[in-house]
Amino acid sequence: MVQAASATPNSFRTGPDEHGHFGIHGGRFVAETLMPLILDLEKAYETARKDPAFRAELTYFLTHYVGRPSPLYFAERLTDHFGGAKIYLKREELNHTGAHKINNCIGQILLAKRMGKKRIIAETGAGQHGVATATVAARFGLPCTIYMGETDIERQSPNVFRMKLLGAEVKSVTSGSRTLKDAMNEALRDWVTTVEDTFYIIGTVAGPHPYPAMVRDFQAVIGHEAKAQMMKAEGRLPDTLVACVGGGSNALGLFHPFLDEPDVRMDAVEAAGLGLETGKHAASLAKGRPGVLHGNRTYLLQDDDGQIIEAHSISAGLDYPGIGPEHSWLHDIGRVNFVSATDQEALDAFQLCARLEGIIPALESSHALAHVARIAGDLPKDHVILVNLSGRGDKDIFTVAKALGAEL
Amino acid sequence: MTVARIEARFAALKEEGRPGLVVFVTAGDPDLETSLEVIKGLPAAGADLIELGMPFTDPMADGPAIQAAGLRALNGGQTLRKTLDLVRRFREDDATAPIILMGYFNPIYSYGVAAFLTDAKMAGIDGLIVVDLPTEEDPELCLPAMAEDLAFIRLATPTTDEARLPTVLRNTSGFVYYVSINGITGSAAPDTAAVSAAVTRLKGHTDLPVAVGFGIRTPEQAAAIGATADAAVVGSAVVSMIGTAAAEGLSGPDLAARVNAFVATLAEGVRGARRSAA
Repeated sequence: MVQAASATPNSFRTGPDEHGHFGIHGGRFVAETLMPLILDLEKAYETARKDPAFRAELTYFLTHYVGRPSPLYFAERLTDHFGGAKIYLKREELNHTGAHKINNCIGQILLAKRMGKKRIIAETGAGQHGVATATVAARFGLPCTIYMGETDIERQSPNVFRMKLLGAEVKSVTSGSRTLKDAMNEALRDWVTTVEDTFYIIGTVAGPHPYPAMVRDFQAVIGHEAKAQMMKAEGRLPDTLVACVGGGSNALGLFHPFLDEPDVRMDAVEAAGLGLETGKHAASLAKGRPGVLHGNRTYLLQDDDGQIIEAHSISAGLDYPGIGPEHSWLHDIGRVNFVSATDQEALDAFQLCARLEGIIPALESSHALAHVARIAGDLPKDHVILVNLSGRGDKDIFTVAKALGAEL
Repeated sequence: MTVARIEARFAALKEEGRPGLVVFVTAGDPDLETSLEVIKGLPAAGADLIELGMPFTDPMADGPAIQAAGLRALNGGQTLRKTLDLVRRFREDDATAPIILMGYFNPIYSYGVAAFLTDAKMAGIDGLIVVDLPTEEDPELCLPAMAEDLAFIRLATPTTDEARLPTVLRNTSGFVYYVSINGITGSAAPDTAAVSAAVTRLKGHTDLPVAVGFGIRTPEQAAAIGATADAAVVGSAVVSMIGTAAAEGLSGPDLAARVNAFVATLAEGVRGARRSAA
């Protein structure tokens, strides 16, 4: 039976197709030099994910090295403060290295070992993915180079030092806007030169197929755990899921296992920077249009000529002019609601969470909390919100101090 | 003319029994009018084909020289529309030199594929090289371009093995561009013996001419590559010279004269690699 392209699918969880497409998004837009390796990677991943030995190894490291499962925590004081919906936090910031990023890094480095790769590269924005990659590279004894924009190196200096302590080489990227997108360009340039022996651990649900699906699968442990934990805590599924979205790996990791639950609403929060109307933001769904960058088609911030526009966010991890292709598709079909929060709203939520819950959230995750701050009060007390607290905010104290005018 | 103009040029080169020189410059670098002067001078300086770079903010396969050239052009306000217009103006005086646009897909996708192909053909463009469109993405641009008789020139690389080569060579026309090294433009010089073996391997799979590029900077290297390949591509060395000249304050005919004097030495190198007509 022929269905209209806009028809609601039977399941939201079957993508991508064999070409790596989620609707019109995704694909494999890479240089020919990388294509044979991308195809190898796809095969290796398909074999590994069905291999019980690989799954057992992954589970072992997630349990004993990362510290999973991460707790589901009822944020009583935030709940009381807003006076509406019950707020639960999925505590990904308690993982080893302090964010959800390590879930994916463990998966990819085990795959790199299986493929016999000798060297690891990665890009990083906030430094969380860089730290997680440097960590697994140290644990598995592989040399590691992390590309990081010069601007991000300045605003995330604690993470830079952590990566160096872990034995990684941190290369400062001075091209373009000197942030995440340029770090990704530079990592791709390294990869095209060292393709024979190097594995590129991409940190988010973007890039050429199979990366968006593979990273999502490795991060879906967040949603699978949360589902079971919520059943135990509340005896039912949550009403609303909330997560911040830059590339979108923590959001998709939480959302994906819930996509076919029709009663679960999902809100993903883009970084509105100084405000959507100012042009200084990172809201590629709110203000972008489909284009091709970094191996996939997706919504991008771009000008009339198809040139990429630099993003802005106080949070280095959200400071990217694109978004993972599966999010773009979920936006097109309306399954996930994409909203945004400004730098200021994130800063307010950052401080509120610290003072009321004794948890210093990452500035990235603070965008999710900022959205919760907007909606929770108006929702009934039996409405359950589950927020992905994707990372801890220790790395952000210098940025926050500067924004608040405090001297450190 | 389209793909036929490229075929005619390679047929003429074969007749002359020599390899060709392909020169890459970025459209609008360092400014639109100077860029037109440079391009106008290229055929007389000995460039047999012209590769015109379409500037893009995120040139993932390019090294520092071509990144900088793209940035100079973009800072000067270059757009894809202006690049097409540049070619149209070049064509007012030159109906024979093949022009191939090279770059990344997003500006074309943003322009709209159908509109772009119509306008590119009208401007006098003969072929396209789009770095981030491997054969897996042929429906995006390759197939529509070939339906319009524009050459879609494929990149083959050292990682393209025997099993994949037939896939890469399907849906291609004009010539095959062999990327001599795993890496970005302007990298270390390729190993001539390895390139020679690769060209021979490619020729076992296709009747199309084979041009070799990436890392060729001097007349001597161009000559060595030209000993086996049907053409040598020089890019970064030329755009570096444009960058240096622009930084010294040169523009217009002065800058074009300096750049084309260098192109002439490359052409001399390539012509020195004369082979007996096959």
